[in-house]
Amino acid sequence: MDAKVESGSEAFSLNADQRAIQEMSQAFAADRVAPHALEWDEKRHFPADVIRETGPLGFGGIYVRDDVGGSALGRLDAVLIFEALAAACPGFSSFISIHNMAAWMIDVFGNEEQRKRFLPKLTSMEWLASYCLTEPGAGSDAAALKTRAVKSGDHYVINGSKQFISGAGVSDIYVTMVRTGEDGPNGVSTLVIPKDAPGLSFGPAEKKMGWHMQPTRQVVFEDCRVPVENLLSDEGQGFRIAMAGLDGGRLNIAACSLGGAQSAVDKAVAYTGEREAFGQKINRFQGLQFKLADMETNLNASRMLLYTAAARLDAKAPDASKWSAMAKRFVTDTCFDIANDALQLHGGYGYLHEYGLEKLVRDLRVHQILEGTNEIMRVIVARHMVGRS
Amino acid sequence: MKILVPVKRVIDHNVKIRVKTDGSGVDLANVKMSMNPFDEIAVEEAIRLKEAGKADEVVVVSIGPAQAQDVLRTALAMGADRAILITVDGTVEPLTVAKLLKGVAENEQPGLVILGKQAIDDDANQTGQMLAALLGWSQATFASRIDLGADRAKVTREVDGGLQVIDVRLPAIMTADLRLNQPRYASLPNIMKAKKKPLEQKTPQDFGVTVEARLRVLRTEEPAVRQGGIKVANTAELFDKLKNEAGVI
Repeated sequence: MDAKVESGSEAFSLNADQRAIQEMSQAFAADRVAPHALEWDEKRHFPADVIRETGPLGFGGIYVRDDVGGSALGRLDAVLIFEALAAACPGFSSFISIHNMAAWMIDVFGNEEQRKRFLPKLTSMEWLASYCLTEPGAGSDAAALKTRAVKSGDHYVINGSKQFISGAGVSDIYVTMVRTGEDGPNGVSTLVIPKDAPGLSFGPAEKKMGWHMQPTRQVVFEDCRVPVENLLSDEGQGFRIAMAGLDGGRLNIAACSLGGAQSAVDKAVAYTGEREAFGQKINRFQGLQFKLADMETNLNASRMLLYTAAARLDAKAPDASKWSAMAKRFVTDTCFDIANDALQLHGGYGYLHEYGLEKLVRDLRVHQILEGTNEIMRVIVARHMVGRS
Repeated sequence: MKILVPVKRVIDHNVKIRVKTDGSGVDLANVKMSMNPFDEIAVEEAIRLKEAGKADEVVVVSIGPAQAQDVLRTALAMGADRAILITVDGTVEPLTVAKLLKGVAENEQPGLVILGKQAIDDDANQTGQMLAALLGWSQATFASRIDLGADRAKVTREVDGGLQVIDVRLPAIMTADLRLNQPRYASLPNIMKAKKKPLEQKTPQDFGVTVEARLRVLRTEEPAVRQGGIKVANTAELFDKLKNEAGVI
């Protein structure tokens, strides 16, 4: 990393452990991810091998308890990891974030038998996990989900489909929200569905703007049979489980934007210091200097808000959900703009794949949509301010 | 057998360094620092020897400012057993480092000391050799392979013409070259366990060593900016330029 744009994390006074975690994550990302990120993007290659390399490092269960192989860390620690990985490839980082959310749900809401059955293989990343909430007709209004699971003897029989599922078809485990009861949030339950469950299939790979290194598909259930032992917690608890995962998921996706934007700023500083026009380096032009200064300022404002929100979630502050929503909205919007500005500073080269800027812009765009759209984030923040209508 | 591994905190190898405007040295303010990469290789080798059952303890030592604790923690997270920090502010020259390490070696009585062949900041490539001389121990520098026996070791060295295999008596000093191994990443659980491992703080006075500068840096400069090349039209022009401009033929 260039000394001139040294990451501003010192300002938040990370402790010695966090500095070590950050340093290790950055080293892994720089050595194992960054050199391949453009090729994975271009070839739509899912790097299962490199993802699995992160298991022995402890990335498979960052905030899963250690009796099942988890690393038992906090949310700020996780943010540092996802930020570091995203500096090399936002899609790579986000995939590991989703795996972690699924593993965390089993750790927190699973019984001992389920924890011991699933988690050692998830924390080691022998198995990869996906998370299935969104449906073709239920996105922001997640409580309207229609995928139905009906108990039949010692199995649930599931019918319906899930939309935009990252890792669908390549993951081994699908933590899935299904309807077992009445309409609305109280009728939702959570099932852990293995890839080989009879009646489970996957749609064609979606053609999408970014995140090309991981497949996104529909997950389809046609009389799909899953043993009742795979129900997490009790029937009717699913929506509560889904909501519990969101705060952390929002911090993680914001961290994926932050890392990507840091990489964009680094590239812009390097490029404007090399490129010459009108007889001098273009970083001597004040118009571009002002742009660089704004990018750096906005990047660090994002970082401070995100770290603060993560620290509040670690401290179980009562307003942690508001802070997570504020951070998700602000950081993903701001960092998309930073990546877009960095592309502009590269001129025509920014539009070329090999410079890596257009990939960052494409990858960061979806962060404004998923894990709760940024419009829903505003709804959550406002609810904390003025209450529900 | 106990293995001692000295590690140095240096400017990170990914940082684009800048010379201070007054030419007195390299600007270290707000710059990322990390473990000297060759020292990382030395730590990795010591841990592998322990994992192979050929050593029973790996002790890491650093000489530098209080922040050098960070590189010791990295070594502990990789798998070293305990750490010693000798706190010194400012520049420490290789001879002083070697004298301090001699004191540590006399206290610890290791069967083997593995150092990085050089530090990437000053590239001195002297400490290991000086330490061997001060202790009167065998030395095997630029190691790309170490076969450790009970009282002797076979070491493959990277020399100009190729590889040289030497047989040395233990205790010995070895310095690690780039191809000795590929260091591991410390896992998250091991990073957290590292803080529970002992880290002992010492001063140069504990070893009866006075830290004094014997060398004076006159000037530090950035390398000259590389001039752009030109295309020649034919071999005649090439000859002409090599002869009359470059003066090499």
